[in-house]
Amino acid sequence: MLNKTIGNIINRVVTNSYPEKSKAVPENLRGRPEVILESCSGAGECARACPTGAISLNPWRIDLGKCVFCGQCAEVCPSKAIKLTHDFELAARKREDLVVGPKGEPVEAELARATALQPAGTAANYPPRLLQPPEEQSQEAAELAGPNPAPAIPQSLPLPLLTLSPKRRALPMSLTNPGSEGDLEVMENHLKERIGRLLQRSLHIRHLDSGSCNGCDWELTTLLGPVQDIQRLGLDFVASPRHADLLLVTGVMTRNLTIAAIRTYRAMPEPRLVVAVGACGCSGGVFTTNYAGGGGTDTVLPVDVYIPGCPPRPQALIHGLLLATGRLEQHKKENLKAGS
Amino acid sequence: MNSDNEQFLIQPVSAAPRPTDSSASQVSLQELVPGLVQRWVDRGGQATTGQLNRSGNRQWSIKVPASSLADFCRHLLRSLPLYLITMVGLDERERSGSYRLYYVFGVDKSKEFLVVETEIKDGIPGSLLYQSITPLVPAANWYEREARDLFGLIPQGHPDPRRVVLHRHWPDGVRPLRKDFDGAYQPPFVLDDDEFRNRTGGEGIVEIPVGPIHAGVIEPGHFRFSAVGEQIVNLEARFFFTHRGVEKQVEGLDVERAVFVVERNCAACTVSSTLAYCQALEDLGGTVIPENAAYLRLVFAEMERLYNHVGDLGNICAGIGFHAGSQRGLFLKEELLALNETLLGSRYLFGLIRPGGVRRGLNHAGRWALREKLWWLREQNTKLVKLILGNDGVVDRFTNTGVLKNSSAFHLGAVGVAARASGVDRDERRDHPYGAYQHLQPTSIPVLQNGDVYARFLIRVEEVNTSIELLLQALEVMNQHFQEEPTLAVPLGDLPAFQSAFSLTESARGSNCHWLMTGPNNTLYRYRIRTASYANWPVVPRAVLNNIVPDFPLINKSFELCYSCLDR
Repeated sequence: MLNKTIGNIINRVVTNSYPEKSKAVPENLRGRPEVILESCSGAGECARACPTGAISLNPWRIDLGKCVFCGQCAEVCPSKAIKLTHDFELAARKREDLVVGPKGEPVEAELARATALQPAGTAANYPPRLLQPPEEQSQEAAELAGPNPAPAIPQSLPLPLLTLSPKRRALPMSLTNPGSEGDLEVMENHLKERIGRLLQRSLHIRHLDSGSCNGCDWELTTLLGPVQDIQRLGLDFVASPRHADLLLVTGVMTRNLTIAAIRTYRAMPEPRLVVAVGACGCSGGVFTTNYAGGGGTDTVLPVDVYIPGCPPRPQALIHGLLLATGRLEQHKKENLKAGS
Repeated sequence: MNSDNEQFLIQPVSAAPRPTDSSASQVSLQELVPGLVQRWVDRGGQATTGQLNRSGNRQWSIKVPASSLADFCRHLLRSLPLYLITMVGLDERERSGSYRLYYVFGVDKSKEFLVVETEIKDGIPGSLLYQSITPLVPAANWYEREARDLFGLIPQGHPDPRRVVLHRHWPDGVRPLRKDFDGAYQPPFVLDDDEFRNRTGGEGIVEIPVGPIHAGVIEPGHFRFSAVGEQIVNLEARFFFTHRGVEKQVEGLDVERAVFVVERNCAACTVSSTLAYCQALEDLGGTVIPENAAYLRLVFAEMERLYNHVGDLGNICAGIGFHAGSQRGLFLKEELLALNETLLGSRYLFGLIRPGGVRRGLNHAGRWALREKLWWLREQNTKLVKLILGNDGVVDRFTNTGVLKNSSAFHLGAVGVAARASGVDRDERRDHPYGAYQHLQPTSIPVLQNGDVYARFLIRVEEVNTSIELLLQALEVMNQHFQEEPTLAVPLGDLPAFQSAFSLTESARGSNCHWLMTGPNNTLYRYRIRTASYANWPVVPRAVLNNIVPDFPLINKSFELCYSCLDR
């Protein structure tokens, strides 16, 4: 007993203190791809090589919600204009915020939305869809959404109706409901503030695997270990959705789990947050929308924060969770814009 | 109560009993197969044989009619110690107007494979029948049910006709893996109902449904316990909740592009899965990869085994709430994951293997860092095991819990740690050596007979040690023979169309078998993934019988199977 006590005093503390002090990232880390526009030859090899169709051209933009950080774009680039940065804190509140330009700066809202609407996944007929000019993309998106755009998400979700319609499944909810009106935005901000006040200091998380490769799941387990130890931040995982404030969804939304996912969401008390984790959770990642389901979490549930990565590093997960509670701000993209 | 602290020093037992094998010598198919087939034909049966040579492991293929499949297998099993590796269904109606089934058998004490192939003519509806071999080979159970779900091929005489992949909310007649099924079509939901056959009714029996969303941070699966008091008398498990249609998705895809999907089928065995896939392709194309790449593949595969095993040692403790052990295990695993990221850029070793070689190498500094970490790990692992097994309560909970009998493990086709802890001595690294394993072998392959949680724990402990030694040896070879920047990969070249190949690798959970058939222009025509979890899940319900319900998490964690590579 005494030996153990002394041993514990001598042993160093293994827990890191992210986000107060960011630990140095390893040299080989594969983060957000960045383009040096001066040396870019515009050959478009990167867009053709990308396994998920995350990269679009004219203007060059990348959908981090689809990116699996494989580094294939940097490998095939004939002029070596792409490099992978160490930027991994990429979580965003809106799906379209994940579409960024060559230096990680935000792109024009309409274009971003159209890019985010492009289906992800490694499909056989790839890449014809990707190479269409943006105007056609948005037109196609409008066609898919049908003549009557989907109504804004009401407070009580008629979820089975929402999910069981195949047409609706094809499009993420957040994008079909832009909610551009001013008063809606005010209401949203007000709600966000209130949720932040309620959940900021103590947040209970329920994990839901909707079809992941278990990479994200293992990273979540890491959060409970001694190195990341998210309990120091007032975050904890709970066993039941009824005790949870936040639903952390990993993986593509498979058909076999859709009903369970809706039931889990419904079992949670209000106010509730949903966070989509990983390329699969954000967009479906390498998996196409097919007979077995597919697509991101937002094809079924309303998502508050997206955490890209494949899988996201534990610190990226912490960043996303703190963003969801309003304790951290979205990564400083405006600064980047000013600097670039 | 058994609490000998020194018990974790185990004595490997090599010769495991074989239910069908009497001789101890090598089995040679060259002598046996032609005679067996001749006798079958003499008795009025139909069968044709052929041979294929792929990467030194000879394959025998025997074609038999669908109506006498099981009879022929019975004939084979009388004289050969066969075990089922995988079964693949194939829709070849565009080419030959029929469906095909391939049963891939391994032969104990032999490096050869035996593939029993059958053809099912497509014609009048209701003619898609074949003789089920499940009554003979229980391991074929899920494969045949899956072929029924996805192709509509009906195994006659199968004892369990329920659906397995497509749950009850799928409409009838949806056959996703048929070539004329549009992969993008999403069938409507029809019924949300549970279907459990062995509902053990009666006084005093309680049914406990668990899942698919579990209490911990784990993957989805549904378990239905029937318990008397605390004792489990029956367990029904339902999987395929994370079925993503991976096999359909990669059809028609370029083989190089499909790698990204293959490696993301399962994060915990991404290296060994991708390796099996790439090896099958290289077999077909006759590609010889650079020797440096072969050693790097071995290093990556062993690094994957290490972080999995170390994490599992700790994770088993989480099953009984022994947090000192589980937190220590998580810490060690995190150190290894951080090392993976530092050396190779991905914590889960994604994006390392490619057809024709590897994507990333290890420079001198990286090799040195890895070696230092291995020395550190060797010491830390001993400490971890002492911490866990030094606790009498833990040893008490581990011992005689979740016993998987040798016969169950053999007949249900268990692989990996689960098999070796139950006396079934199988390890692909030695049985069918691939890549650099042809030159470097683990010093010992531990086998235990007890089949309980304790045995599975000890096997992992021993394998961590052999894995460390193997890695050190491999690094030694690399330092001596390969300079800083040697070739990492060679181009795959053109693959012959409509040829099939399969490859086996040993992941942390056991053997992974990837079977593929190429289409024209280096595309995939059919791809079948059978991971260790697919082979091992059916044994879990056997192992939990007569245990108490609170021991289920412990037993489950001692197998440590994943759902995503089972469900695909």
